[in-house]
Amino acid sequence: MLAGETGLYAEANRQLVICNACRYCEGLCPVFRAIETRRDFAKGDVFYLANLCHDCRACYYACMFTPPHEFEINIPRILAQARLESYKHWSWPGVLGRAFQESWIGSVLAGTAAVLVIAAGAALISPVRLFAGHTGPGAFYAVVPYLAMVIPALVLALFGLGVWLRGGVRSWAETDNSSRARWRVKELFDAVGAALTLRHLDGGGPGCNYPGERPNSARRVYHAFVFWGFLADFLSTTLAFVYQDFLHRLPPYPLASGPVLFGSTGGILLIVGVAGLMGIKHKSDRNPSFESAYGLDHIFLGTLGVTALSGMLTLIFRATSALGVLVVTHLACVAALFITAPYGKFVHAIYRSLALVRYYAERSQ
Amino acid sequence: MEPFDVIVVGGGNAGLCAALAARHSVPRVLVLERAPEYMRGGNSRHTRNIRCAHASADKFFSAPYSEEELLEDLIGVTGGPANLDLAKFAIRQSSKLPGWMEQHGAAWQQPLAGTLSLGRTNRWFLGGGKALLNAYYRTAQHMGITVRYDAPVEDLEIADGRFEAVRLKSNEKQELIRGQAVVIAAGGYEANIDWLKRHWGEAANNFIIRGSPYNDGSVLAKLLEKGAKPMGDPKGFHAVAVDARAPRFDGGIVTRLDAIPFGVVVNKLGRRFYDEGEAIWPKRYAIWGGLIASQPDQLAYAIVDSKTIDSFLPPMFKPYQADSVSALATAIGVCSDTLAQTLDEFNRATSGKNEQQMESPDGNGTRGISPPKSNWAIPIDRPPYYALPLRPGITFTYMGVAVDEAARVLDNSGRAFENVYAAGEIMSGNILTKGYLGGFGMTIGSVFGELAGRMAAIHARG
Repeated sequence: MLAGETGLYAEANRQLVICNACRYCEGLCPVFRAIETRRDFAKGDVFYLANLCHDCRACYYACMFTPPHEFEINIPRILAQARLESYKHWSWPGVLGRAFQESWIGSVLAGTAAVLVIAAGAALISPVRLFAGHTGPGAFYAVVPYLAMVIPALVLALFGLGVWLRGGVRSWAETDNSSRARWRVKELFDAVGAALTLRHLDGGGPGCNYPGERPNSARRVYHAFVFWGFLADFLSTTLAFVYQDFLHRLPPYPLASGPVLFGSTGGILLIVGVAGLMGIKHKSDRNPSFESAYGLDHIFLGTLGVTALSGMLTLIFRATSALGVLVVTHLACVAALFITAPYGKFVHAIYRSLALVRYYAERSQ
Repeated sequence: MEPFDVIVVGGGNAGLCAALAARHSVPRVLVLERAPEYMRGGNSRHTRNIRCAHASADKFFSAPYSEEELLEDLIGVTGGPANLDLAKFAIRQSSKLPGWMEQHGAAWQQPLAGTLSLGRTNRWFLGGGKALLNAYYRTAQHMGITVRYDAPVEDLEIADGRFEAVRLKSNEKQELIRGQAVVIAAGGYEANIDWLKRHWGEAANNFIIRGSPYNDGSVLAKLLEKGAKPMGDPKGFHAVAVDARAPRFDGGIVTRLDAIPFGVVVNKLGRRFYDEGEAIWPKRYAIWGGLIASQPDQLAYAIVDSKTIDSFLPPMFKPYQADSVSALATAIGVCSDTLAQTLDEFNRATSGKNEQQMESPDGNGTRGISPPKSNWAIPIDRPPYYALPLRPGITFTYMGVAVDEAARVLDNSGRAFENVYAAGEIMSGNILTKGYLGGFGMTIGSVFGELAGRMAAIHARG
């Protein structure tokens, strides 16, 4: 174990023991209620609490012991650091897992994937084909052949899913703490509901203290935009697959079709959500935040944002000669998103959801 | 500079309540907080609930709590208020507090786990007292109240019973600020060790101050100097047992120890000195600070064994641990023969039963030793053994200034100053004379803060 890592657990323990002796924050979020069911905090417990934390920061502003107080309590920050450590710990292969602590790795991954796609586009697509403008069924594939799109995307997606699955299984095993949990359908529903509605990104009621001390709902709303926007786009892609391979209708689809309606709604939600989250992140109080997390969040939001934006531009200008360049650009963004999915902030969806499942199961005990 | 309508000295709960109430009827309200912004709020930062009478249960109160019952509890724990009329007024007004507080930004939470007995009588601040104060400060800003931090008041200009101005000392600069009326909500003097020494001698050097280091009583001293009538025992303070390793100031809730009824308490000579199993919880909690203050070096140790170490709230500081009584004695620097003898005597005096029923006094007391342990007396004989060092942790002081039913400060002849009001700990001696009723300090601060602010504003409007 690295010295820095040991220091992280020792420091997290020091702070969590003080929280456990205080308990004023019990009403703010599940993290503190989970702390109270423990007396010691092993590595798995720290990882569990770190992923249960939504970074709403209510505890930071409520705490009498934040720096410069000598107790130096800063739970959002230490848990953000532990969260990154857990992402890295559950990642594979190790060399890419370092991306969670050195955000330049994520930028390089995303950039390389995008550049590769663009380079391939430039090398393999003749300028005539690229700038000709294409309309009618199969217009996209006139720019980039179907298989050239699908095969790399499928490979990246399956790889990413594999890494996620492996991480999820490991996180579940390593955060298991004796047999406190009790499993019923109701607890599972509670956890899924909490994840879908971001129930706990509310500071215990008034809203999370983000970007500053004043509680508000901006982060929860923007995050919902991003999540549901992403889901709408996922649905749009799935519908397009059904249209093409089962209904034998080739894209582009008319404006009133399922894929375009879901795709454009999702695109707009994503753009607004990403812009909103980045905006408040920019204004946010840095004292309760952990610097590397800041970089990681930006890469994730950035790739999501440009992917949505390039998708929307492709839709708007698909009837013009810009189509070719836009399709290639959009594919480059998608490639960047896919390659960083297992090595960026995307993974929080898995680990936080699992932490919520554990929390609700423990609570019903 | 145009005078302020109302100047509030002190930025804790009472001060903010006064400022908010005043601002409803006058435009120019100033709060002077002597602490820097990150330490604002005085001891209210460390509070967590407020006691209020209520006719019916709601989402946060588990059952009704009548005014009569609250008064009985107050008299039961504190032995009767100094001014019964003011106590009754506070209790009557307390039922209106939750609504008033919500209007000014307060949010609530369910009672903390393990404190369900208080869920009927007390309402819990979401995130605790600092979060409540943050909400009040936000509301104050929104309402256009001026707040100045790092603004210690050095003197009050009072002539012929009439307040004129406060003299401020900040950054070596003197500054005079005029006001039509002043509300003094500057807390007690528990953080002033020299003041405590006047009554406790050198022992005060070993006291731990649980709250703000800024409560040095300087404004209280000024008021007394200007002829305000003192109220309450000048030696009296509320003190609980806290971990001896706690910081000198501002350790707050996390340094308190709940171990006492689970084992025995010895002084540094290794001898027991008081019944650790007394029945009444709030009294038991409050009595130990004073008891330890009277022991040699103001130091004591709670001794438990492996049977009970996990039964109380996990402490912030790791207990001393050893596999034998003599090793434990060595670790804490207590004579090991004496400690072994004390534990032997205690163990022989127990009934031998090994179960503690903590929900209520279990009647399992010792026989034939003095002092006895009246309840929860089980042998301390299963290693490892643990010791938790204890010192008196001072929460607040009782002495303050006398006020009338309009929260105006009274002078030594019993006449009210024309435009000087007081609220919070600085006048709680009118009601609390000894002991403490959990959450009632916030009740006094809120009721008299609101009253003082309102009356001061009425006076300012003329």
